[in-house]
Amino acid sequence: MTAALEAQNLGKRYGRRWALSDCTLSAPAGRVVGLVGPNGAGKTTLLQIAVGLLRPTSGTVEILGRPPAGNAGQLARVGFVAQDTPVYGGLSVADHLRFGAWLNPGWDHEMAERRIGELGLDPRQRAGRLSGGQRAQLALTLAIAKRPDVLILDEPVASLDPLARREFLQHLMEAVAEHEMSVLLSSHLVADLERVCDYLIVLAAARVQLTGEVEELLASHHRLTGPRCDPASGPAGQHVIEASHTDRQSTLIVRGEDPIHDPAWTVGQLSLEDVVLAYMSRAGRAGNTSRPALEVLR
Amino acid sequence: MVIEFHLDSRSGVAPYQQLIQQVRHALRLGLLREGDQLPTVKDAVGQLAINPNTVLKAYRELEYAGLVTAKPGVGTFVTRTLSDASLAAHGPLRQDLRRWLAKARRAGMDDESIEALFMNTFRAAAGEDVA
Repeated sequence: MTAALEAQNLGKRYGRRWALSDCTLSAPAGRVVGLVGPNGAGKTTLLQIAVGLLRPTSGTVEILGRPPAGNAGQLARVGFVAQDTPVYGGLSVADHLRFGAWLNPGWDHEMAERRIGELGLDPRQRAGRLSGGQRAQLALTLAIAKRPDVLILDEPVASLDPLARREFLQHLMEAVAEHEMSVLLSSHLVADLERVCDYLIVLAAARVQLTGEVEELLASHHRLTGPRCDPASGPAGQHVIEASHTDRQSTLIVRGEDPIHDPAWTVGQLSLEDVVLAYMSRAGRAGNTSRPALEVLR
Repeated sequence: MVIEFHLDSRSGVAPYQQLIQQVRHALRLGLLREGDQLPTVKDAVGQLAINPNTVLKAYRELEYAGLVTAKPGVGTFVTRTLSDASLAAHGPLRQDLRRWLAKARRAGMDDESIEALFMNTFRAAAGEDVA
């Protein structure tokens, strides 16, 4: 099956800084893919390249097997909600729908009107006077009514209060259940993505740290605690992601398909957040080792 | 809608498993009966803000277990109930359990010790049955 998003050695440099580096990944179609990473990890850069708003410095990216924004047909297949769900403050809700209908060949007018009705938005209201949650819902309505094959959202809920955040994700998931589309959404909070995504990409320090099915990631990662072990060697068949040691005890976060039978280890379950944080802090440590070199440059 | 789902994010149980448990629980208590319709996928994801595949997976497993059947374009319906003749005995048993709990409290036991004692006895009895 063609991937919703496929990147090969993708890189983007701003001046001397690489915002995205050596990024190779394949996000499956028909899924809700979460892109998670700390602020400044390169999430927005990756998404903007994916929709064709930015040109990569190196590498290639494809959406459903085609280069982004190559022609009108490709543009119509991709919906994009930029960071902070922007709308035109001076235009009314109805103006936004007219605008959407005019610009998008596959515009679903009936659905757009129905959604605005369900949300209880007044069509004559100016978008600039809507609440943050209502603005986000309007932006989502525009993106969905376009009836894209792939919907890309950049931190759609970051600036929303918890209730608006939940309502936004409820509407997004309803739309996914109703129309077959692939979704790629980013967040710096795992908690926002945990229930809605079935595939995860972790981006940190401009690089891809981890990709995979959420269920597979949860099943293959464990926390092991036991008597202090040699820091260089972990349990057989397990890949150590994070390790901390006291004089007597070792605590490891490991990845491995094999069950752990060694009775010396107490095996604990990890939440998705634990797994993601382990990879992020590993990326952070890798960054730290190069810090003295940067100081020399200064 | 006959039942409404909820999710406990701190339980450590996968969301699709929680949905399965809630359906089985409702079947066992007689809340869901043959012919009842489960929430549609759209309703369930709209209510819980979860991935549609989570609901689909739970429904597939319930179907595989022979408890529900999916009618394409219509919905998912209960085909078999888990409550049996024992349902009538629930009331008196619950009353016995209440009395026992009151007795445990009078003996000075707190929630944690009551739960521990119950689970311990439950497991021991289950072990004897197996042996």
